[in-house]
This record gives sequence, structure tokens and C-alpha cells, in this order.
Amino acid sequence: MATGQELTPTSYIGHHLTFNTAAVGDGAFSHLHVDTLITGAFLGFIGIGFLWWVVRGATAGVPNRRQAFVELLVDFVDGQVKGIFHGNRHAFVAPAALTVFVWVLLMNAMDFLPIDWLVGGLEKVFHVHAWRPVPTADVNTTFALALAVWLLMIFFSIKVKGLGGWVHELFCSPFGSNVLLWPANFLFNMIEYISKPLSHSLRLFGNMYAGELIFLLLWVWAATGLAGTIFASILGLGWAIFHILIVVLQAFIFMVLTVVYISMAHESH
Amino acid sequence: MNINLTLLAQAVTFALFIWFTVKFVWPPLLRAMETRQKTIAEGLAAGERGRNELELAGKKSAEVLREAKHQGADIVAQAEKRAAQIIEEAKAAAKEEGDRLIAGAKAQIEQETFQARESLRQRVAGLVVAGAEKILEREVDAKAHADLLVTLEKQL
Repeated sequence: MATGQELTPTSYIGHHLTFNTAAVGDGAFSHLHVDTLITGAFLGFIGIGFLWWVVRGATAGVPNRRQAFVELLVDFVDGQVKGIFHGNRHAFVAPAALTVFVWVLLMNAMDFLPIDWLVGGLEKVFHVHAWRPVPTADVNTTFALALAVWLLMIFFSIKVKGLGGWVHELFCSPFGSNVLLWPANFLFNMIEYISKPLSHSLRLFGNMYAGELIFLLLWVWAATGLAGTIFASILGLGWAIFHILIVVLQAFIFMVLTVVYISMAHESH
Repeated sequence: MNINLTLLAQAVTFALFIWFTVKFVWPPLLRAMETRQKTIAEGLAAGERGRNELELAGKKSAEVLREAKHQGADIVAQAEKRAAQIIEEAKAAAKEEGDRLIAGAKAQIEQETFQARESLRQRVAGLVVAGAEKILEREVDAKAHADLLVTLEKQL
């Protein structure tokens, strides 16, 4: 539908899985996914901007519906953080969790938009030939978030326990401080430090990528004829409804894991 | 799966959004919510206090009412007693006044009686002297018989 060449299932899916890439230098690493960055930044501005707009006019008296909605959201996030993190959560952890939840939720929700209308429209208006609308279906985004959380984890670990305390913990937990156990402890901790950002990012990426792909497969089916269109529409509706759960759940899980990792870094073992 | 510079760019965007939320979104809303929480807590406490005070005031007003009734009854009793006393006093005063009037009247009557008797006596003495003159047909020397006349007068 949005390709210039003949339309086959391979070219259709391949087209929708192609990033709008801009080269900024030499080498494979020196590329930017323009679609991911622009959509992500746009949704961030919309989401965080909305919160900021409401909060600027926030009153301690009777709140209007808009403020009540934002307060409900903030209270929900704050309640989750309160159950996990024991410290001054208002200084950083809770607002960070709110950011993660709102931003990831909006980026995931891009999956609900009809992809061919969106991409086709962008191609007609801006003449862009490739556009991936879901930033969280780009592993760069999920890794970026997970690595940021990972760095925060190490930062808070060192901040709370000191550099010596952190290194001590790397070698002396979880099995004990015997010198013979140091390699085992270190290995264990390394696995944990590697697996945390991987599982954190790949869970979200996998869910969103799979969701996007299933929509694409259904739309491929929809192009095969009337029966295909009818069944694909019904299944597409079912998948979209089920996807509401996935979108919210994955955003929630990402937020909770962020809070869990950061609060684990605050605890001494 | 092609990792590239997008990773760093998204991480920077993420950091900026977190910074913005931490700095500008969370604190004002939290402040508003906490202020409201405090206001509501204070309002509830004030309501509770008000209810207690109302209960206390009810008890106190009942007590005051009871005391007022008591005092009123006292005052009525005292007033009745005083009225009785005043009536008694008035009666006593009236009786005294009456007695006094009676005594005055008696004294006056006595005096008038005395005066009447005196004038009567003089008149009788005059009559007696005139009668005696007529009887004697001669002039009685009043001076010569003054002693006699006075004696007569006194005997009447």
C-alpha cells in the first residue's frame, strides 16, 4: 500500500519494519532512527507537557476533572512506588516512575493507530517512505531506557553505599565474604548486572514488536480478498482489544521494574 | 535489531523528560495534594471538635436551664414570703395607726369634755350668781364675795 514497487506480503511487512534512518557519520553505529526519535519526543512532549500544563494550574482546593485525572495517575504511581521504595521517594524515584509510565504508555499506545493510514498519510504529506510509528518496538528505545535505569542503579548503589561498599558488595554478596567465594560472587553479580537491563528492555521490545507484527500479518491477510478482510477485521478488533491490556501492562511492568531496580540499589546486602 | 546512535539519543531524551518531571511536574502537584490532605484532615478534626463542643454545650445548657428553674422557684418562694411579710407589716402599721388615731380621738374627746364641763361650770356659776343676786335682791359686792364665789364655782 505504501510501497512503490509491487505489493507482496514480504515487501509490505518489510516496508513497515523499515526505520526512517538518517546517517550522521561513518559506520553502522552512526545512524539515527528519525521516526523513533521524533515520535518518542513528540509523545513525551504531549504526555509530560499535559501533566505540566495541568500541574501549573493545580489548586489545593477543589480540583477540576483534569486535575483530578492527573492526581489519580500520580497517586497510582506514588502508591506503587511507596510499596517498593523505602526512602524519600519524592526526591527522584516517584517522578521518574511517573515519567517512565506515561512515556512508555503513550509510545506503546501508538500501536493502536491504523498503521497504513498513518504511514500512508505521512508519505502523502511529508513524502517519507518509511516510518515505524511505535518507538518501543525499536530496540534502541527500550535499551536506552533500560540502560538509563541501569546507570541510575549503579549511581544510587555507589551514592548510598559508597564506592568501597559497592565493590565490597560485588565480591561479598550473595554467598559470603570468604575470599574463596569472591569469584563466584563476582560472577553472580555480573550475570545479574547484565541480565537486568537485557530482560528489562527485551520484555518491552518483544511484546511491542510482536504486537506490531501480528497486526501486520492480519493486514496481509486482509488484502487477500473479502473473506480475508472480514476475518482479519474481526481478529484485528480482538487483537486490538487484547492489545490494550498488553500496552498498559507492559508500561506498568516497565515502571515497576524501574522502581524495583533503583530501590534494590538503595538496599545493602 | 540494529543498535545505533538512536540509543544514545533516546537515552538523552529520557533523561530530559525525567529531569523535567522531577523538577517541574511532581513537586507542585504533590504540594497541592498534601495541602489539600492537610486541609481535609483539619476540617475533619474541626468537625469532630465541633461535635464534641456541641455535646458539651448541650449538657451545659441543660444544666444552666435546670439551675435557672431552680433559681426561679427560689425567687418566687422568696417573693411570696416577702409579700406575706409586707402584708403583715402593713397590717401592723395600720393597726398602730388606728390605735394612734383612736388614742388621739380619745384625748380630744376628753379635752373637749373637759372644756365643755368648764364652760358649763362657769355658766352655772354665772347663773348661780345671777340667781343669788335675784334672791338677795341686792347687789352682791363681787369683790367682797369673790372668795365665796370662787369656792362656789369650784364646787360645781
